[in-house]
Amino acid sequence: MGLQVFWFITIAVLWTGFFVLEGFDFGVGMLRGVIGRNEAEQRVVIATIGPVWDGNEVWLIVAGAGIFAAFPSWYATMFSSLYLAMVLLLVALIVRGVSFEFRGKRDGAAWKKDWSRLQTGGSFLAPFLIGIALADLLHGLPIDSSEEFTGNFWDLLSPYSVFAGLTLVLLCVLHGATYVSLKTDGELRERAHRLARRSTVVTGAAVLIFGVWTQVVIHHGAFPDFLTVGAVLAIVASAWLLGERREGWAFAMTAFAMAATVLTFFTDLYPNVMVSSTDAAYNLTVQNASSAPYALKVMTIVAIVFLPVVMIYQGWTYHVFRKRLASPAGSEPPPSASPSGPSPAAAGGTPVES
Amino acid sequence: MTNLDLARLQFASTSIYHFLFVPVTIGLAFLVALLQTTWHRRGDEAYLRLTRFFGTLLVINIAIGVVTGLVQEFQFGMNWSAYSRYVGDVFGAPLAIEGLGAFFLESVFLGLWLFGWGRLSPRVHLATIWAVAGGAALSAAFIMAANSWMQHPVGYAVVDGKAQLTNIWSVLTNPVFVWGYLHVLLASLVTGSAVMLAVSAWHLRHGSQVEHFQRAASLSLVVLLPASLFAMMVGSHLGVIETTYQPMKVAAMEAQWETCQPCSFSAFQIGGGKNDETPTKIIAIPHLLSLLADDSWNGQVEGMNELNQQYQQLYGVGNYVPNVFIQYWSMRVMAYLAVVVFLVALLGVYLLWRKKLMSTRWFLGLAIWAVATPFLMNTAGWMLTENGRQPWIVQGLMQTSQGVSPSVSAASIWISLSVFVLLYGTLAVVDWTLMVRYARKELAPVGEADEHDLSEAAMAY
Repeated sequence: MGLQVFWFITIAVLWTGFFVLEGFDFGVGMLRGVIGRNEAEQRVVIATIGPVWDGNEVWLIVAGAGIFAAFPSWYATMFSSLYLAMVLLLVALIVRGVSFEFRGKRDGAAWKKDWSRLQTGGSFLAPFLIGIALADLLHGLPIDSSEEFTGNFWDLLSPYSVFAGLTLVLLCVLHGATYVSLKTDGELRERAHRLARRSTVVTGAAVLIFGVWTQVVIHHGAFPDFLTVGAVLAIVASAWLLGERREGWAFAMTAFAMAATVLTFFTDLYPNVMVSSTDAAYNLTVQNASSAPYALKVMTIVAIVFLPVVMIYQGWTYHVFRKRLASPAGSEPPPSASPSGPSPAAAGGTPVES
Repeated sequence: MTNLDLARLQFASTSIYHFLFVPVTIGLAFLVALLQTTWHRRGDEAYLRLTRFFGTLLVINIAIGVVTGLVQEFQFGMNWSAYSRYVGDVFGAPLAIEGLGAFFLESVFLGLWLFGWGRLSPRVHLATIWAVAGGAALSAAFIMAANSWMQHPVGYAVVDGKAQLTNIWSVLTNPVFVWGYLHVLLASLVTGSAVMLAVSAWHLRHGSQVEHFQRAASLSLVVLLPASLFAMMVGSHLGVIETTYQPMKVAAMEAQWETCQPCSFSAFQIGGGKNDETPTKIIAIPHLLSLLADDSWNGQVEGMNELNQQYQQLYGVGNYVPNVFIQYWSMRVMAYLAVVVFLVALLGVYLLWRKKLMSTRWFLGLAIWAVATPFLMNTAGWMLTENGRQPWIVQGLMQTSQGVSPSVSAASIWISLSVFVLLYGTLAVVDWTLMVRYARKELAPVGEADEHDLSEAAMAY
């Protein structure tokens, strides 16, 4: 296997890792106001991702920088083509990012409301726009012989790309709701649980349509590939596992569905990295967009040394914060479940040790 | 304005803004780690309370530093596609290493530190803040390696009209990088300790928790004094290195149109802007420029006119002189303020030694206002080094005008620039109000929970 192929796979893995991890953060950001009905509850919902979201977002930065280092022409053409969409994406990520830290820093109702809105909006827009961007790579953009974009903003928004964006948003909702049901207890867990189960139907259907549409776009007939089939089956399985109260396994399934869907973009893109809708001769490919062998070799050593270490200490974070968070006192107890241990006086109370 | 002007304006303003927060993060993370270490070693609760207090300020600041860093990561491709295509083979590697080796470290361990109080053993928890500080310092290393390559390209070959990496070791031992990075680290310590000193001075002046803030003031002064001294020394040596590799940058910052030997240093002058070759020198110090630029009493400094002629022979017809006004004054703002900060630190340490720090109210007032100086210095320093590189985007290899994205219209950049100005402006106001609000708070008593404390259910999943 050549280093160009290795780097294409590495970049696919980085984007996939980003969506598997940050995907549930986006979901939690969108669902904060739906699952949490008052301030105390909303704080608990956000707290489920508090320690981890920032580290998850680094996957995006590394995915971008990886493209820059391994495929400079891909980086140059992709982000200049997507210019205005990127501006919107950056705004979404910025307001969402600071909202986690700033929302709780003052008490005023208007302050909280503003940051809540920005958090919800940013958490929706980010996966939506990234979905559009990834779909555009595959669907094709007007790119000329000098690898430059010749279209305008509206060329980015093909029906297929918009649908791909919505599919990723739905996957984030399912993934996020499942995550909250795994990470909380009491009433919040129940609500997240119901929400996750309900969203499986729409999300499963969207993933299936996306898979079929993708095959049509790349002229491969109308049968979804095995990744899409796997994703849909995983969503069905997650619905069943949620019903069985096996939330850990259900989360593994939604993670798998997310990974399989994001990987679809890349398996169907290869050996191109950006399709030109002007002329297939202008496609950017793994071969013509890559760095030279020496730079790829350096980068390969760096990735082989660092990526496993990063995965170990990031994994350790999830181990440290593995406990469920209690619903705040005052939430109605779930009808059938027995109260689980002493409730702390308020959100922000002392941790309950097991 | 052309799309080139707009793209430059946007890159300059977003980068300067980003770098208001970066040095605070690097410096304050180190100081907070020191505070926590002191608590860990001595068991003095005051240091625990100070750790949490300054930790909150650190986190407010990191939030903006991190999100504005996202813009930095993508805007090379967005606005400078031709540049990215040309240099990506060399320039991309340090950026990717930065992400993998530094950003992950900083972000993941920040989460562990913030939410890990009482959940991790004290020793492990202490290690997490050092990982944050180390990650922050490391991230500056790789971006400086990338930037230094633009100032003085090494370890590459131009193949098929693109720069190709041939030796990563040369890129990481580039003298401009080694000294530039050291300079940035020291400037960050100056910034972080100036912030800590200002906040402590405010509390001492208002008589709030004097016993505690005395400790923070001492720590910040003890760091500030050597950091500001070494930053000046390293910066001065960086000037000598740049005289070798980027003589035009140095000539322009001295407004030196004609070659001189020995050279006097113009401390203050009127005029000398774009094409004004006869500025009125108000104060000129003999031999000083020779010393600064060449490390010798009678050293020669080449003038801009001669350098311009050399460059025209090398690179073709054109004007290779950067904006002299910006060069001249950004250098002086940086250098003069550096002396001010050093004197403040010196005075502070003297008062500390004579045990008069608490009673010298005018000094406390001065220390509060001195907080503005590192930010001005950092900004001036970047303007000096980046403006001095013009008209090159990579010294000697590619001009800035050739690096801009051909497919991004001026209208698009107008939109993005307005969006960023509005957003960054709003964030600045929010950040400032939060920083002031939290800086003026009293220290929280030990054991009081903050918003980062999670209330866990008894059961794990």
